[in-house]
Amino acid sequence: MTYPDGTPPALPAHFRGAPEIDAAKCPDGCAVCAEACPTDAITGAGPNIGIDLGRCLFCPECEAACPQGTIRFGSDYRLAARTRGDLQSLAGEERKLAERLDDALRRLFGRSLKLRVVSAGDCNACASDVNVLSTIGWDIGRFGIEIVASPRHADGLLVVGPVTETMRLALRKTYDAIPDPKIVIAVGACAISGGIYAGHPEQHDGAAGIVPVDCFIPGCPPHPLTILDGVLRLLGRLPPGA
Amino acid sequence: MNGAFLVRRNAEPALLDDVAVVRITQFRTALLDAINDECRVVSFFGRRNGDRIELVAVVAEDAGGELGFLRTVLDAPRFESLTPECPQVHLFEREIAEQFGVEPAGHPWLKPVRDPMATKFFRVEGDEVHEVGVGPVHAGVIEPGHFRFQCHGEHVFHLEIALGYQHRGIERALAGGPSKKTIPMMETAAGDTTIGHTLAYCQAVEGLAGVKPPARAHALRGIALELERLANHTGDLGALSGDVAYLPAASFCGRLRGDYLNLTAELCGSRFGRGFVRPGGVQFDLPAERAGAVARRLDVATRDAAAAIALLWQTPTVMERFESTGTVETDTCEEIGMVGVAARACGRGIDVRHDFPFGIFRFVHVPVMTAHHGDVNSRAVVRWLEIQRSAEFVAEQLAMLPATPVLAAAPVRPAPGCIIASLTEGWRGEICHVAITGDDGRFTRYKITDPSFHNWFGLALALRGGEISDFPLCNKSFNLSYCGHDL
Repeated sequence: MTYPDGTPPALPAHFRGAPEIDAAKCPDGCAVCAEACPTDAITGAGPNIGIDLGRCLFCPECEAACPQGTIRFGSDYRLAARTRGDLQSLAGEERKLAERLDDALRRLFGRSLKLRVVSAGDCNACASDVNVLSTIGWDIGRFGIEIVASPRHADGLLVVGPVTETMRLALRKTYDAIPDPKIVIAVGACAISGGIYAGHPEQHDGAAGIVPVDCFIPGCPPHPLTILDGVLRLLGRLPPGA
Repeated sequence: MNGAFLVRRNAEPALLDDVAVVRITQFRTALLDAINDECRVVSFFGRRNGDRIELVAVVAEDAGGELGFLRTVLDAPRFESLTPECPQVHLFEREIAEQFGVEPAGHPWLKPVRDPMATKFFRVEGDEVHEVGVGPVHAGVIEPGHFRFQCHGEHVFHLEIALGYQHRGIERALAGGPSKKTIPMMETAAGDTTIGHTLAYCQAVEGLAGVKPPARAHALRGIALELERLANHTGDLGALSGDVAYLPAASFCGRLRGDYLNLTAELCGSRFGRGFVRPGGVQFDLPAERAGAVARRLDVATRDAAAAIALLWQTPTVMERFESTGTVETDTCEEIGMVGVAARACGRGIDVRHDFPFGIFRFVHVPVMTAHHGDVNSRAVVRWLEIQRSAEFVAEQLAMLPATPVLAAAPVRPAPGCIIASLTEGWRGEICHVAITGDDGRFTRYKITDPSFHNWFGLALALRGGEISDFPLCNKSFNLSYCGHDL
């Protein structure tokens, strides 16, 4: 794989990346997309329509429901953001992608980042597509990134799942066991907002209520390329303009 | 099947009122008779019926493809446990006790199913006997569970598995549906089995609504189901190889798993099949030229997989670790109600695609693959045999997709006052969804049984008498779902 210096791997025909919203097509009072959205990710209406990518499952429902073709999921796989607010995708506005870590942290982690992964109520899809980054095709080892077993060996935490009540303590203990300074990356709609489980009393609507999150990577699950893009973006390892 | 049960085929609805409600004593007798008469329990759960608790049993007679339904209403908060006579219901009874506060009196190990912190563990006492606790956070990218070993040195006397760390409240939230939230919950009940579970759901609501998906949809669903099997079986064989430190097959299979996932993505844009299976059919068609491209990529991936997996059987150090490790006897497998790959590895020829054919499998038969030693090697061999059969099936279907639409025109509205059991064969094994609708056609109870629910105890027994260092290998050879169990 030549990415990130060369072209990224080909994405499938129906790939649903960052949504492209053409609000000019929205008739007054129409809310069929919002009614179709399983996670109520669609905010506003008409010219103010937007999608909260932290809640979005990137399912085909809004696109299929909209008679005007206002919402279309495009092929842009770059989705990571540093704050929850930056995940708000508004019609006509450019999204703010994740900025790199500050210089002090980049000096520490930029060429060697060890991550401890904690699965906390995920469905095994996000975990699987994080795991796949360690296989020979993606080979995150070439960036000095490694998934490690012990939190004591880790520089940061990667969380998947909405954080179930039964995993809350284990997640917190794992975070506490990682030496400072450390970073936290939340991968997937569940870890960002609770996803389809948001509001359930059995979980905590994502990782940010339990540990401080430095980077959010949306999707259900995010494509491995989206996850890798997010981590490399955070480390400042992408070529200029990527 | 004895006459107490109302008999239906897979995904064939019945009026709930037609399912007999018998006294608990008759319920026990009928259920135990059925089990002694070659039936299995596919689901057993509680529901509220007015102010009382009702128990519903669904049993399967594999040879005849029949599903039997029976109910009882409890007139006391306890009933005589069936587990001592019928061990395969042990976890169902624990779940009923946890969810409805009724006591299966005489249950040998009554503790919650999804509350891992609030429990005592079975303990072996004696000189130099020691206890090893592992998890919920494991040394890898893996779902959380807690494993408690009672050991003497390396020797494992007993393993107890405590789950519930992935409990997100799915079944509770499904009541009152179908709603716009239902499908995403089905797709993530066990996210590596998105097609298997979503298909079971869609079959259930289609059966309840009397809607028949078009032929092309059946074919595409079958292709997606088998691609899911191909990806996971290939990934599992690679992971098994990794667990015995044989890296060539591990590396190859890790990549090939991704190749199969990417074929699923060609169907619907998602490597895990999100957004594909929908009530009435599938959301996306596969045009002929893309079907051809998928077939070509499938052929390359499967030839590569054959070469990579052949390395396992040719490597004595791998065989030495696989063979006779983590053995489950056939009788035990049957007694505790194991299903899927793990059961077929014990010589049990059960497979929903064959015994309760659904969708495309009513027209195209995929041979049931078995092995006979019940060990890690048998579970690996069954996976390899199934990879070959699934690849053949997908190639054949891609070449002959029927020329019909992919979604039924009629809306899928479940009928009121019904019960239905919908079975599919996910890559781990039998998936059972039971839906009960109220007067308004909405779910008053929706019961999901992932194959893992039947099989976790099999893993615990596979470790008995083994070595603690074999645990990762045994665990991977079952590769059960935590979230599918915890729901």
